[in-house]
Amino acid sequence: MVMRIDCKGMYYRILNKIIRDAINEGETEFILDNVNGQRYIGNGINNDVKITINGVPGNDLAMFMNGSYITVNANAQDGVSNTMNAGEIIIHGNAGDVVGYGMRGGKLYIKGDVGYRTGIHMKEYKKKVPLIIVGGTAGDFFGEYMAGGIMILLGLDKNEDTPIVGDCIGTGMHGGVIYVRGEIEEHTLGKEVSVFNLDKKDEKILNKYLKEYCDYFGFDFDELMSKPFIKLLPISSRPYGNLYAY
Amino acid sequence: MASQLPPEFIVKIDYDHCRRCRRCVMNCSFGCMQFKDKVVPDHKKCVACHRCVTFCPESAITIAKNELAYKENANWLPEVRQNILKQAETGGILLAGMGNPRPFQILWDHMLIDACQVTNPSIDPLREPMELRTYLGKKPNLLEFTDRNGEVDLATTLQPQIKLDVPIVFAAMSYGAISLNAHKALALAAKRSGTLMNTGEGGLHEDLYSYAGNIIVQVASGRFGVHSEYLNTSAMVEIKIGQGAKPGIGGHLPGEKVGEEISKTRMIPAGTDALSPAPHHDIYSIEDLSQLIYAIKEATDYTKPVGVKISAVHNVAAIASGIVRAGADVVTIDGFRGGTGATPMVIRDNVGIPIELALAAVDQRLRDEGIRNNASILCAGSIRNSADVAKAIALGADAVVIGTAALVAMGCRVCQNCYTGNCAWGIATQKPELVRRLDPQVGSERLSNLLKAWGNELREILGSLGVNSIESLRGSRERLRGINLDEQTLKLLGIKPAGIGQ
Repeated sequence: MVMRIDCKGMYYRILNKIIRDAINEGETEFILDNVNGQRYIGNGINNDVKITINGVPGNDLAMFMNGSYITVNANAQDGVSNTMNAGEIIIHGNAGDVVGYGMRGGKLYIKGDVGYRTGIHMKEYKKKVPLIIVGGTAGDFFGEYMAGGIMILLGLDKNEDTPIVGDCIGTGMHGGVIYVRGEIEEHTLGKEVSVFNLDKKDEKILNKYLKEYCDYFGFDFDELMSKPFIKLLPISSRPYGNLYAY
Repeated sequence: MASQLPPEFIVKIDYDHCRRCRRCVMNCSFGCMQFKDKVVPDHKKCVACHRCVTFCPESAITIAKNELAYKENANWLPEVRQNILKQAETGGILLAGMGNPRPFQILWDHMLIDACQVTNPSIDPLREPMELRTYLGKKPNLLEFTDRNGEVDLATTLQPQIKLDVPIVFAAMSYGAISLNAHKALALAAKRSGTLMNTGEGGLHEDLYSYAGNIIVQVASGRFGVHSEYLNTSAMVEIKIGQGAKPGIGGHLPGEKVGEEISKTRMIPAGTDALSPAPHHDIYSIEDLSQLIYAIKEATDYTKPVGVKISAVHNVAAIASGIVRAGADVVTIDGFRGGTGATPMVIRDNVGIPIELALAAVDQRLRDEGIRNNASILCAGSIRNSADVAKAIALGADAVVIGTAALVAMGCRVCQNCYTGNCAWGIATQKPELVRRLDPQVGSERLSNLLKAWGNELREILGSLGVNSIESLRGSRERLRGINLDEQTLKLLGIKPAGIGQ
């Protein structure tokens, strides 16, 4: 059974309670219509449910989420996948700032652009490796403090003179990997990261996830792969190891 | 570069009594005691943790200050010159452990408590009921009741409350800063004594999940080990914004301490540095803080209080007001003497304000604004004895938080070397051979004894004040008097000078 909720004018607490209660009673699929800024949708859900959001969800979409599948048929706001543990989110539009803060697992596919501090302090542990793919461009501090996981930035459909990403990429980065489709100017890099060439393993990763990405958004995989990628890695897993006197 | 640092301490061995049992050599975790046909100390390595002194069966070891390590000078004190030498040799930021040791005035010691005489009888706490029970959480503005044919029921829906049997909770100390055995001792003691321990920001080890009802789980900027199960395995969730020992500073657990178990609990790979950014990057305003408070309330289905911990800084009262308005059910204020596992010394020793002033300012501000009942106040930052507890509660705290006092109860000698990871007492270390020295059962007994003793002393104080519950002392500044304090400080504390009656 699919539960369809008209969210027009509905306060977020009521909406999220309806969803939580329905999940507790065994509901597994939701379609939310007329969503307009309601916060915390999918917050802390531990079950394997499917939520389709028609409209723009509010901040902290899927925060602490642990294993659901969310599709947003519009833009999303700040804090998508904040401290998310598992699950999958597909956004057919842009997303705001601090997307994927402290994300620890699951996948986040964004068709359009993202704001500042995407993937800040993302981390991984053994088999839990979070993934963010951004189709468009990104703001400053992309991958700041990144401690693990994978981020892919594609720069599709951007103007020739729009930079693909802002300044201070990977500032404080000490784990994980960032792939960027195109070139990056040296001065935009944080001092803890360097540019590396791709190897076989990287190509395998890109192939796997970008095929999935293209399927979701209807992009042409070969065309997407026709432009070269670069890889950004932290220089050290302990960037501040020598800062102190004992 | 050869080090020019003179030894800070001199280890004296009484060779007439030494049995050469080498127990000191085995117990020294700083590599100071060596055995070369007799025990030979390397004075430079001694940190005065007193492990060897405590365990020498012949009491043959004494540790003395290296008196003339530096020629006397009232301005260029030994510690000042020692720090310059360290920095000249390394170019590093000086690290420090525990709380601010500098000789600032301790305001608790300038407050005196009232007692009853003749006109208002005191109470004997040994023979009369004396209530220490305290509830943490948002209290309603008013209570409404329904009356159905004489059967009265509460109509007001109460917000989640935590019951404390004693108004003292254990401070946030992460698994990482302290050992798992120390965490276990705190959890066991919290359960036995009807109070709470606080995970700090390093996540909660699975072995402690069964103590959920006595645990505050912390959400800090690094979000280590934070997931929905963690949030729900608790009595309360606390958002850590600041810590008294390091206001405005993030955390940094060095990779050496991130072994297999910490790695699993923090959910990061073993051997990597665990960096906590200075701010939460989803909180740049009171509105953003409110967003995180309600994100946690959503994730815990509004079943638990959500607290916010800040350090005591100049503008603490206005900040606390914002925090309460943002929806926090508990506000923890940590004064500038609060402890730390590791922090830049320059921050620990120079940033923040005393908890006594911060507490008085926050309580007054919340009262003035009519929102004091919206949140409980926890007072932290060097609460040393039950008198400090009573004074804090009279100044307006709902309960107090003890960190250093709890560590001392477990064996800590305040040698202030927590950041080295070599704690000889098995507390601030992750080395298995050292961690094993702290038995969680013994540690918890010592902690429970401390709480029991302080609880009984509080009952004595309440009895002498002629009240029979801690509730009656809360915010009752009329029962405090200041001694040797200037007028401005008295005004800020909201208390009269000793010698003035009603």
